[in-house]
Amino acid sequence: MSRTGILQFILFFVYVLIQVLVLRNLVLFNSAFCFLYIVFILLLPIELNTVALMAIGFVLGFTIDIFYDSMGLHAMATVLVAYLRNYWMATITPQGGYDSGSSATISSNGLQWFLVYALPLVFLHHLVLFFVEAAGFVLFWYTMLKIVGSLLFTMTVITLLQYLSPQGRRV
Amino acid sequence: MERLINFIYEYRAFLTFLLLELSCSWLVIENNQYQSTKYFNSSNQLAANILGFSQGVREYFSLRTINEELARENASLRTNLEKVNQLRDNYFPADLDSTKADQYEFVSAKVIANSTSLYKNFITINKGSADGILPGMAAISNDGAVGKVKSVSENYSVLISLLNVDEQISCVIKKTNHFGSVRWDGLHQRYSSLLFIPRHAIPGVGDSVVTSGYNAVFPEGIMVGVIRKANLQEETNFWDIQIELSQDFGRLSFVDVIKSRLKNEKDSLEQITIGVAK
Repeated sequence: MSRTGILQFILFFVYVLIQVLVLRNLVLFNSAFCFLYIVFILLLPIELNTVALMAIGFVLGFTIDIFYDSMGLHAMATVLVAYLRNYWMATITPQGGYDSGSSATISSNGLQWFLVYALPLVFLHHLVLFFVEAAGFVLFWYTMLKIVGSLLFTMTVITLLQYLSPQGRRV
Repeated sequence: MERLINFIYEYRAFLTFLLLELSCSWLVIENNQYQSTKYFNSSNQLAANILGFSQGVREYFSLRTINEELARENASLRTNLEKVNQLRDNYFPADLDSTKADQYEFVSAKVIANSTSLYKNFITINKGSADGILPGMAAISNDGAVGKVKSVSENYSVLISLLNVDEQISCVIKKTNHFGSVRWDGLHQRYSSLLFIPRHAIPGVGDSVVTSGYNAVFPEGIMVGVIRKANLQEETNFWDIQIELSQDFGRLSFVDVIKSRLKNEKDSLEQITIGVAK
């Protein structure tokens, strides 16, 4: 395994632990959740192919599911994000393309690009997550409130972490 | 054949995507079944240990409240015991039917994980099959009903909280004796809904709602909540009742799981009579 590989392997457990030990207990106004773990999928190396991404996404989501007692729910949302990530990234390629070996971080591509990249994917993740959990559209507006609240919360934490991480390379 | 392989290779990403999403959907649907003894949930040893650690840290900050609650519970239990003893001495001087009297046994357990803001909330506790807990048993606290056991491992169990849109328990309004079901509407963690109370009943704000004991999971008369709002729409057959839960799920630290010794007997009798399995 390469150096990046080992680092990502450790990061996987760091994200899972942060999610289940800290963020699981941190719900703002009873409706805004922070699903930070999704950023692990977003920040995996750009060259990684979609099949591998989805496999990692499935394992990640499944692990989170064990702790949330929500079999398959997080896995479903995370696999969707993992599938769409590369296509979305190809669509919004900045001028001059991506540097080889880089990650999709603020420091390599700028804040604006990062928001365009992350916001729709995180939104989609939350959309699937909350509506599948609600098992329908009965509580449509309340669910939408949860989605938007969680989107703001998650995006804020993701963006701040980018600025806080050493060298801004990856978290 | 070659074209088929080429096709599969070309669309491998999409096909993997479909495969994974289908298996996720299957898992989600499977998990909605009421009783399951699946390995992959928070009753799993490793997961429960990690969650227990997290709870341990948080618990440290609420030791005072927990102590107060336990002391209060002790006091109220002692009062009740005294009351029951006097009643028994007055009314049942001869020996009691011990099968009936010992119908329920309580196992006390500590909550190690609990959520209140999802639509489907679960509670993980630190007692499992080693202490005789089985799926389908009821859990109560000093304040009232808490939930049903969904799955167990050797040392841990997962309860379906009353704050779960899939959970329904049979209840009666204590004052009028009309029975219905309490089911959470997914909105506020302090309030739940009481369904199927017929038009002709007259529920009053402040009336107690207790378990009915009809399905032998919960013993009769366990407090669930008090009626907060009751509306009657023109065209419906049932009242629209909101109750305030007596148990504040935000501060749950200990639960008692109820082992009902007569449940099997009652269930099989009902099955023979009406042919409906609970």
